[in-house]
Amino acid sequence: MKVNKISQLYASILVNAIYAMKNYPITLINTLLAPLSILIIIVLVSHGALLSVSIEGALIMTMVSGGVSLQGDLSHLKNDFKLQDMVVSSPTSAFMYMTGMAISEIVYSLPAFIVLIVLAFMFIHTTIVGALIIFVILALMFAFSIALGFLLSTLSSDIMQNWAFSSILSIILTTIPPIYYTINYIPLPYRYIAYLSPTTYAAEIVQNAIGYLPLKTSNLIADWLIIIAISIALFVIVMKKNRWRES
Amino acid sequence: MLVCKGLSKKYEDGHVALDKLNLSLPTKGIFALIGKNGAGKTTLTRILATELMPTSGKAYIDGMDVVKDVAKLRDKIAILPQESRAVQWLTPKQTVYSYLLYRGFGHKEAMERVDIALKELGVENYKDTLNRFLSGGMKRKILVATILASDANILFVDEPTTGLDPISRADLWKVLNKLKKDHFIFLTTHYLEEAEKLADMIGILDEGKILGLGTLEELRNKVKYQYSIRVLQKNFVLKSKVGTVIRGVDGSMQILTSAEDADRLSSKLIKDRIKFSINPTSLEDIFYYLVKKPIEEDTYES
Repeated sequence: MKVNKISQLYASILVNAIYAMKNYPITLINTLLAPLSILIIIVLVSHGALLSVSIEGALIMTMVSGGVSLQGDLSHLKNDFKLQDMVVSSPTSAFMYMTGMAISEIVYSLPAFIVLIVLAFMFIHTTIVGALIIFVILALMFAFSIALGFLLSTLSSDIMQNWAFSSILSIILTTIPPIYYTINYIPLPYRYIAYLSPTTYAAEIVQNAIGYLPLKTSNLIADWLIIIAISIALFVIVMKKNRWRES
Repeated sequence: MLVCKGLSKKYEDGHVALDKLNLSLPTKGIFALIGKNGAGKTTLTRILATELMPTSGKAYIDGMDVVKDVAKLRDKIAILPQESRAVQWLTPKQTVYSYLLYRGFGHKEAMERVDIALKELGVENYKDTLNRFLSGGMKRKILVATILASDANILFVDEPTTGLDPISRADLWKVLNKLKKDHFIFLTTHYLEEAEKLADMIGILDEGKILGLGTLEELRNKVKYQYSIRVLQKNFVLKSKVGTVIRGVDGSMQILTSAEDADRLSSKLIKDRIKFSINPTSLEDIFYYLVKKPIEEDTYES
């Protein structure tokens, strides 16, 4: 039989996103609420001054949340349902399974995306180059978080561990970094803590692209290099450490 | 043929799950692998199903190396892992359909196979009910339907009836019996009755080694004795050499014995008005004989 690769990709999207949303429509609201709730608070507190920054922050958060969710979803399907064991012993490769699962996280976040992209078109005024930079950064953040999520899922064997990983990741990637506002709002000594998170660099680049955060060219280049280096390093680790067929 | 040559698995913590295991059996009908918890059943199953790498040794299924010919082999095998559960937020139809997509089927063929498999298992009326609302037996049937629907002709089924009530278990046995006509089923179980009723070939695994392999009749011959006599009276003492004696924790006595000795002993027990039961040696008797080791051997007059 000729193996249909599209089917294999689609299977993960169905299991982890479409069927979950179809059978439990409440999940649609859930994915929408998390990024929007922080956006609304920031906009209210800043009297609308940080609207466009908050929208890009919500977009970054949605992308990064994909990886946080992925590690939980992968572990859940692997440890609690043994689905991954069934897939390993099938014609599906690790790459197809992981790619499908990664896409499923985007599909799962679609309600939030649609609302945020409409808001971005309405309130973020930038050039085509600026829009391209935002797109590339969002894609990089997604790739980074997905790689991190996959790595953690292969290391975890228990739901308690997953919850701990999810909380820690959320704090490091979306709470500590100034993604809904510019880094200037953080008092100087504490800014260094924010720089421990890769999302801080992503936020700086995007905020610069929409004209909210002036940055020296050298700082901008450094931000890009750090994000790209972290993403590549993480992918290398994932390639070496991932355990599709256990040893 | 399924062949293992010196197959070993040592985990990172030093635990040896398989110890230079040798095995050779035809890939047809049902092969039941029985053993105590921790005997190595799941480890062997996972290695053969290409989920786990062996530490050393070789294993082949129909000439395909489980390490080197993975891609070819995965087209032909499917596994129902131990403790697998139907994903709760899916319906039976979605469960089977998505698994078939993972196996590379297109939409149309997958849908046709879903309908056939669910009908075969008698669960078509529940195909759109969420798995979380189904009974334990029904959920297991859904999982069996997933591998049944696939084109795999070698099925690894790891303790499929654990935790099921007797009726659900009997239902699943019927399904497995039906499946064996055109599939090879590698079944692991610690229910000896299950192996006895279903299997064409049985393997007894203990501490990573195969202690016995063959049909039930061949295993009976391996333990030399064809009959099992159970004496219900506690602390009963035998006064003649009759075979191998296993004493239960409650003090009851089980005697594995030859046909002539069984005849002689049963006549004597009747004469002495001692209650007993006599049966052909069961798989359980053989298992205890090989794995647990008898407490007293070749008892003589006391």
